[in-house]
Parts: sequence; structure tokens; C-alpha cells
Amino acid sequence: MTETTPAAIKLRDVIRAGRQVENHSPWARAVINHEDWRQAAASLSDGQWTLLGLWAERDQVHMAIIDGGDLGLLSLPCEDKRFPSVGQLHPPAMRLERAIRDLWGLEPEGLADTRPWLDHGKWPPATFNDVAHEAPPLAARDYAFLTAEGESLHQIPVGPVHAGIIEPGHFRFTANGEAVVRLEVRLGYVHKGIERLMQGASIERAAMLAGRVSGDSTLAYALAFAHAIEAAHRIDVPPRAVWLRALMSELERLANHFGDIGAVCNDAAFAMMHAQCGHLREQVLRVADRCFGHRLMMDRVVPGGVERDLQRDSEQEVHSLLVQIRKRFPELVELYDNTASLQDRTVGTGIVSSALARQYGCGGYVGRASGRAFDARRTPGYPPYDRLQFEVPVREDGDVDARLWIRIHEVEQSVALIDQIIRQLPRGSIRDPAQTVRTSQAHEGVALVEGFRGDVLVWVRIGADGNIERCHLRDPSWFQWPLLEAAIEGNIVADFPLCNKSFNCSYSGHDL
Amino acid sequence: MRRMLFKSLVHGPLTEAAPKADDAALAELAAQVDRTARLRLGRTLSIREVDAGSCNGCELEIHALNNIVYDLERFGLRFVASPRHADVLLVTGPVTTNMREALERTYQATPAPKWVVAVGDCARDGGIFAGSYACVGGVSAVLPVDLHIRGCPPSPITLLQGLLALLETVERSVK
Ligand code: SF4
Repeated sequence: MTETTPAAIKLRDVIRAGRQVENHSPWARAVINHEDWRQAAASLSDGQWTLLGLWAERDQVHMAIIDGGDLGLLSLPCEDKRFPSVGQLHPPAMRLERAIRDLWGLEPEGLADTRPWLDHGKWPPATFNDVAHEAPPLAARDYAFLTAEGESLHQIPVGPVHAGIIEPGHFRFTANGEAVVRLEVRLGYVHKGIERLMQGASIERAAMLAGRVSGDSTLAYALAFAHAIEAAHRIDVPPRAVWLRALMSELERLANHFGDIGAVCNDAAFAMMHAQCGHLREQVLRVADRCFGHRLMMDRVVPGGVERDLQRDSEQEVHSLLVQIRKRFPELVELYDNTASLQDRTVGTGIVSSALARQYGCGGYVGRASGRAFDARRTPGYPPYDRLQFEVPVREDGDVDARLWIRIHEVEQSVALIDQIIRQLPRGSIRDPAQTVRTSQAHEGVALVEGFRGDVLVWVRIGADGNIERCHLRDPSWFQWPLLEAAIEGNIVADFPLCNKSFNCSYSGHDL
Repeated sequence: MRRMLFKSLVHGPLTEAAPKADDAALAELAAQVDRTARLRLGRTLSIREVDAGSCNGCELEIHALNNIVYDLERFGLRFVASPRHADVLLVTGPVTTNMREALERTYQATPAPKWVVAVGDCARDGGIFAGSYACVGGVSAVLPVDLHIRGCPPSPITLLQGLLALLETVERSVK
């Protein structure tokens, strides 16, 4: 450590100094004072800690933080409906704080950006979270996009309805001829109010809602939600269910990676990869359907276990799928590697610096393609991955090509993982019979799960009546969207679809 | 690449080959869609997909219709980039209040005659999101809907079945 670096403050010590909340697991949550909250924001902006999430409820704000291998939550009561902005020091928190202002009416003090984020001025007043909600003065179309000044700059507005079959969002490009000078994304179009729907919902209904935050990651969300509930109520999940969950998770990862590898190549006008990868994706979905009765495996992971067992003959299905992938995928990888016209589009396009990836705590293939080797299956880690062998591929280049290679290697890892899971699958029950545990107090749980796109955070408080009191779900896209804006700078407008697809951020997961 | 292309030539198309139970059902359905499409339209029907707040699960399965297994275009049904080129709007999601205006404007931009198909349980009546302050709750609350395709999400086969039903609807209304 050099002399100019401030002495690192340990998250552990801050938590110890605060008032620890009972019945919160598996990591600690501490209520801290304004001073420590500001200090925490400084530790985040120094890069000592990484922000995992920032959310609110009626009268307090919470932050989830990772400090090396330590995870924990810090909470700050906001008696006067205000809290010191973290975003003013640490930009990754900015949009999260704008969302807090929209949803809870709490004011992030010192945040320069006063524009609404999820709120487009369309929600009915006074219905949201029973907080008297005042529609912001700006209608959606008056939203003030950030400006870029200079001669011969022009703006290109795109969306919310796009040309392809994709989710809605608005992109505002400022371009100088072909080159993008600035891109600003406007989201919130698919905000469904999921967290509000969860308040007061039974655990069963809330689990279904969690599985519909982002359909492509339904498994990851259902699993993160289940982990959080199980942590709160200290439910033991039968070993077979733990392994089946991993099997489903890896199938989800495979399906998405195949789909996206093909789609990225398609955006570089290479249709053959798209056709082949689309076929592989379809095979994965069909196996998922035959094994678990649903192509996307929605509602198959439930708190306490899994909803559907894997039959003996279905194991064979999984096995043949692996054989097929092992036979066909290497040829496709070779094809990608040897097609100069394709590489010409992907190499050096849409670069994300490793410094940005680290600052934003950017997860998934976007982070790993820019040198951030984070994988929630390793840190904090969860079973059965501690008993499985797999590598976490990392690259430094940070371009479209690197993100594609990370996906390719993750396909290989998932195939190897599924192979191990099928071989070691324990026998026994698949669900803990103890369902809703009723206690006289609230219980809180938190979980971090590695979806195909990155780490999904779920925090939940279960009330004394056994229903959900508050649940927050944070999509990995929150920390990826801003990096897409950075990645496109200086690239040509025509390369945007390619960059965008190589990120494939979730709109629904972000907007909630 | 040449080797792969050659192989595909020798192997024949991957489009719905293996005659297993579910594949057989699809083959039958595919033939039906094909006949109906030719008979009644003689050419193509252009579809514009609009996500009005879906969880993106429905989009994944709509996408699958375009893969080489289902290959929707062989029936003359194709997805287009602009509502101005579309005959049909395929709408997903519970219609969030934030998407309502964009959906209405997309509808207005679509030339008549036009048809609206609501895809998925939440497009039907808001589904699991019904009752939220941020959802209108179902496409029919905003636009006249000609057909609902159920499912969460509907599988590609269910979607194909729905599109067959749509062709019949189209036939009835142009007569
Ligand atoms: S019907 Fe189901 S899959 Fe489709 S958008 Fe709604 S929740 Fe998602």
C-alpha cells in the first residue's frame, strides 16, 4: 500500500461497529449511522469494496457489499426521508438511487442527477407503496437526455419499440457522422411493479413472481429467491434437489449461451452460426422440457427443493444431449475462429476497460471478458459447486470477441459440469416437507446466484405471518447497461446491434 | 466452413426431421398451417412483434419460431421490422403503463386491415402481474384483440397452433 492510499476499512469492522440485525442470514446486516454510511460510500468509490445492490423500503435504505471474500449488508434509517447519496461518490449507484427516489420517495442527498428513472410519469398517483406518489413534472418524451456539444453532431433516437424481437428501451445516440459520441439509455418501459406485488404475497406466489423477473434467467431468479428463503428460515434442502438445481442452472446457461453466440454472429451477418446455434439451443430446451416438463424450467425450483424429479430415462436424454453438443460445438467454434470476415467485426469492437468492469462490479461474461474473474458459484459459492470441478474463464481484451469467447468457454464448462452432475446425482427426496414456517418474528435472508448473465441478488424479509414483507431482486444488468454506453463510444452506429447483443442485458430484469 | 456446408447438403435439413411423438405432432400441424396459408392468402402475412412489458420469456419462444426447426417463414409468415409493413401485431406482456402509449402508437402506425394477437398469459389479462399499479392488465384493455394464445410462455408448437387459428380469423374477416 502506498502512502497516498487511505487505510482500507474492513466491511467486517463496520458491521461489528453497527447494530447487528437479528435473524438475518447467511451474511450479517448492520444498521449504521450517517457517518459510517458516508464512509462506506467512500470505500466503494476508492475501489476497496464492490457494490452488490442498493435498495430501500419505507424508512430505510440498504446496501449489499462485497469486500474481498466478505459479504454483508449495511442499512441506514432515513427518518427525514433523506439519505446521503452514494452515487455522488460512486457512479454505479446513481441509477439505483434514482429508482429509489421514484419508488419510495426517499431523497438521495447530493445526487446531481435529479431526473426520474423508472417513473415515466404514467403511474397513478398515491398508489405506489402507499407512499403518496406524485407524478414527476416531466412526461416521458420531455426526458432531458444528456447533451454533447460540438459541430455537426446529430442525435438518433431509437425505441422503445425496436426493429427486432427484443425488449423495449430507448437509445439516444449522439453521433458525429458514423461515429457514436455518446449513447444514453432510457429504461423503465417494462417496469411491472414486481416488488410491490411481492409485498404481502405468500412465499409460493412470490417464488412464481421471482421466476418471471427475467424469463431468460427464470432458473437463476427462482434459485436465488429459494436460497434467500431457505437462509431466512434455515431450511435444509435435500441433496438430490441441490444437484438437480445445478443441473437445471447449467441447462439454462447452455440454452442462453447457444442462443446468444448465434445471435451475435447473426448481427455480423453470419447466418450459418445463427442457424446451427439456434438448433443446439432448441435441443437443450427440448431436453429441459422432457426432463422437467417446461422448456424454460419455470417454477421448477421452489423454496425447499425442486418441483419435479429427474427420471432414470431422462438421465439418458441429458447424456445424449452432451454427446451431441460435444460433437457439433467444436466445429462451430472452429468456424468462428477461422472466419476472418466475422472476426473483423468482433475483434476490437465495443471495448470495456477492466477498470470500468471493476468499478461497476460488473458480473457475468461482460465482467469476465474485461478481467473481472467474479463468479457467484465460487464467491460466496453454494452447493453443489464446491464438489464440482470447473473453471471460470477470464479474458482481458474486453471486446465483442472476448465476450464471445467467454461464452464459448462457459459452454464447455457447463457441459463438463452437467456430465459430473449426472454421474454423481444423489438419490432421495427432492423437497423439504416443512413449507411455511410460522414464527413470531420476521426473518431475513439474502442470496447471490450466478445466472447466465451474471450474479443475481435477492434479499427478502419474511413477516411473522409467513408472508413476504419486502423482497428486492437485483439483476446483473444494473451494472452492465452503463458499461454498454461506455463500450459503444467511438464505435460506428452500425456496430451497435453487435455490441448490444454481445452484452444482452435484460430490460425486464432491470425494470422489474 | 465448406466442409460444414457440404455436410449439411448431405445430411438434409434439420428442420423438423426426427419423427418422435412431439415431432410428429409438429409435422402434422406444420402441414396444416402450410395448406391454410397458401389456400387463403396465397402469399405472405407480415408480423410485427411488440413487447408490452413481458418478462422476455414469451420473446424467447417467439424467437424459436424462426429457428431452423420450426422455420416459420416457410409458411409465408414472417416477422418485419416496422409496424408500417405489418398485417399482424403479436403483443406480449401485461401492458405496463410505461409501454401503453408506445403500443397504441405502434397500432396506429399499422395499416388496415390489421389483426392483434395477444401472446402469453400476462397479455391475456395481466396474468401474474394483474393488479399492479404499473400494469394496465392485458392487451385487450388497450387494443381490440383478435386472438389470445395461452401459455407461460406458450411453446413454439402452441404459437404455431395459434397462428393457424389466426389465419382462419384473417380469412373470415377478409371475405
Ligand atoms: S406469459 Fe409468462 S413467459 Fe410470457 S411474458 Fe408473461 S410471465 Fe413471461
